[in-house]
Amino acid sequence: MSAPAGNCPNCGAPIAFRWSSAIQTTCEFCHSILVRTDVDLKKVGEVADLPADASPIQIGTEGVYQNKGFVVIGRIMYEYEQGGWNEWHVVYNDNSNGWLSDAQLEYDLSWLAKPPQPIPLTPTVQPGARFNWNDKNYEATSVTKARYKGVQGELPFEYWDKADVLFADLRTTTGDFATIDYSENPPLLFLGRAVDFDDLHFKNLRLFEGWTS
Amino acid sequence: MSSSLVTPPLVKAKSLSCPNCGAPVELRGFAHTLSAVCPNCLSVLDTSSPELQVLDTFQGKERVQPKIPLGTRGTFNGTVYEVIGFQERSVQSGGDFYSWDEYLLFNPYKGFRYLTEYCGHWNVVRALSRVPETARARGRQAWRLDGRTFAAFDAMTAATSYVIGEFPWQVCRGETVRCEDYISPPYMLSAESTGDEVTWSMGEYWPGSKIWQAFRLAGSPPYAQGVFSNQPSPFAGKIGSAWRTWLWLNVALFVLFLLFTFMKANREVFRQDYVYLSGKSSEAAFVTPPFQLNGGDKNVEVGVHASVDNDWIYLNFALINDETGQTFDFAREVSYYHDSDGTEGSRNNSVVIPSVPGGRYYLRIEPEMSPSSPSTRYEVFVRRDVPIYSYFWIAAMLLLIPPIVVLIRSVKFEGLRWRESDYAPASSGGDD
Repeated sequence: MSAPAGNCPNCGAPIAFRWSSAIQTTCEFCHSILVRTDVDLKKVGEVADLPADASPIQIGTEGVYQNKGFVVIGRIMYEYEQGGWNEWHVVYNDNSNGWLSDAQLEYDLSWLAKPPQPIPLTPTVQPGARFNWNDKNYEATSVTKARYKGVQGELPFEYWDKADVLFADLRTTTGDFATIDYSENPPLLFLGRAVDFDDLHFKNLRLFEGWTS
Repeated sequence: MSSSLVTPPLVKAKSLSCPNCGAPVELRGFAHTLSAVCPNCLSVLDTSSPELQVLDTFQGKERVQPKIPLGTRGTFNGTVYEVIGFQERSVQSGGDFYSWDEYLLFNPYKGFRYLTEYCGHWNVVRALSRVPETARARGRQAWRLDGRTFAAFDAMTAATSYVIGEFPWQVCRGETVRCEDYISPPYMLSAESTGDEVTWSMGEYWPGSKIWQAFRLAGSPPYAQGVFSNQPSPFAGKIGSAWRTWLWLNVALFVLFLLFTFMKANREVFRQDYVYLSGKSSEAAFVTPPFQLNGGDKNVEVGVHASVDNDWIYLNFALINDETGQTFDFAREVSYYHDSDGTEGSRNNSVVIPSVPGGRYYLRIEPEMSPSSPSTRYEVFVRRDVPIYSYFWIAAMLLLIPPIVVLIRSVKFEGLRWRESDYAPASSGGDD
């Protein structure tokens, strides 16, 4: 499953990729942020210690969604004035990738999508705004200015040292979920579903003192 | 596998010391907790700041004892949740003041739930990851979700008036939130808005006994006063079933009726034409030839058909047993009138005498008409053991009572529910 990709240019520790298409990873030992180039791994930065979080998910957590197994291989952590959330990068057993977000233990699965139409610019996306994508009516539920807090593990793109990031979350009546990431130009659209913890049949979760999963 | 290299780190619960009074503050919500209230001095602490900044103090506020103590664990739909926070939320509108209690429930995997209590009525509430669609109900803006229509029940601005425990958000005393409740019992859809962001949640009504069971609490839950907005009506499912029962009983009654009709002999034992001659004020009584009434104590129908036309005839009867002399006296009037407006009365009339013993009988008939009447033909017949339909009509009427009672009680229950609504019907509103 994991292919060795070389050694950390900073500390020499072996670096293995679980996903062949990963662009970026972090060294578990020295916390260097490493980006894959054609020939080797390049250190581009260093992660500060991630703030303590209480997500039950960790790198290596496995799950199943619609009969497709997945494993968590990386994450981006965000914080905003009402708390924080994790965007867990997951790889499915067909080698495709996606995201599992955990915002105060409310879970959403999403996948990078080709926008069915140009993505609305921020001023038009205010809570309550509606959009019809792929014959589904999405309603914007929140527009959040988030602070990038750090990364961990493998990501499908270079992502580090970000400043504030603007997100819009949208939902439908039947549990469809969409999020727009305005930190890129043009903005990125992710489409997905709200999911229940029990729907994902997790394994290898974190353990909490006094609790059983 | 890869996971065998790393044993999952155990996330430990934390305990802090209140920077204001030094008392220990236990944290049950791990890193989710953004603010916690010191149980000793009621200072609100910012647990996300390393120095535990004191955000607010609830000085001078009377302490509220949560009915379910912090730290209590309960099982809801198979998942264990722990009470980690408690707040009292109050509404002041005009001269009205009321408050309800809100418990924050936590499971480190399944997340947060809320438990609300007002006058002994409980709701288990969960934030929604879906948005409802607009609809209309009861002449107002309503919402549709999961195939249900939620009718507007009330809207208020609620302030946090007391808080204890810990929360995954920054607690602010006096912070106000606009709340709107929409109901489809046993569910309640609530919209909470601060600024332009709306948070939807779905509550499900739970009787206090089930809450006490879920938390294994001692004693009994507070008495539930009145009817709560999304309290399911005990009659909701019963109206339909009452009418279904009514339908089946009617089918049974009809079968019984057929059986009963079939079992009756219903035999004609006598029929004879007579003429009342004009001009006589009253004709002398006469007797019929004898006829046989078979069997034991059974009923007898004596009927008259008279060719009266805008006129009447009065007949005195006596059914006399030829052998024992036992006599049954009765009388029948036949009157029939008609003009351009319609008709009144009938040319037929009959009487059923119950329990006539078997034997040979004859009738003594004494007819009477007005002196001006023309000569009139009339026919008298006697039938033995006839079915009596009126019993079935009475039974059918009695069968209507249970479904109508259920219907009335249901309407009354809904009346009590909506009386508490901000949108109470005009006839019953405004008295509280």
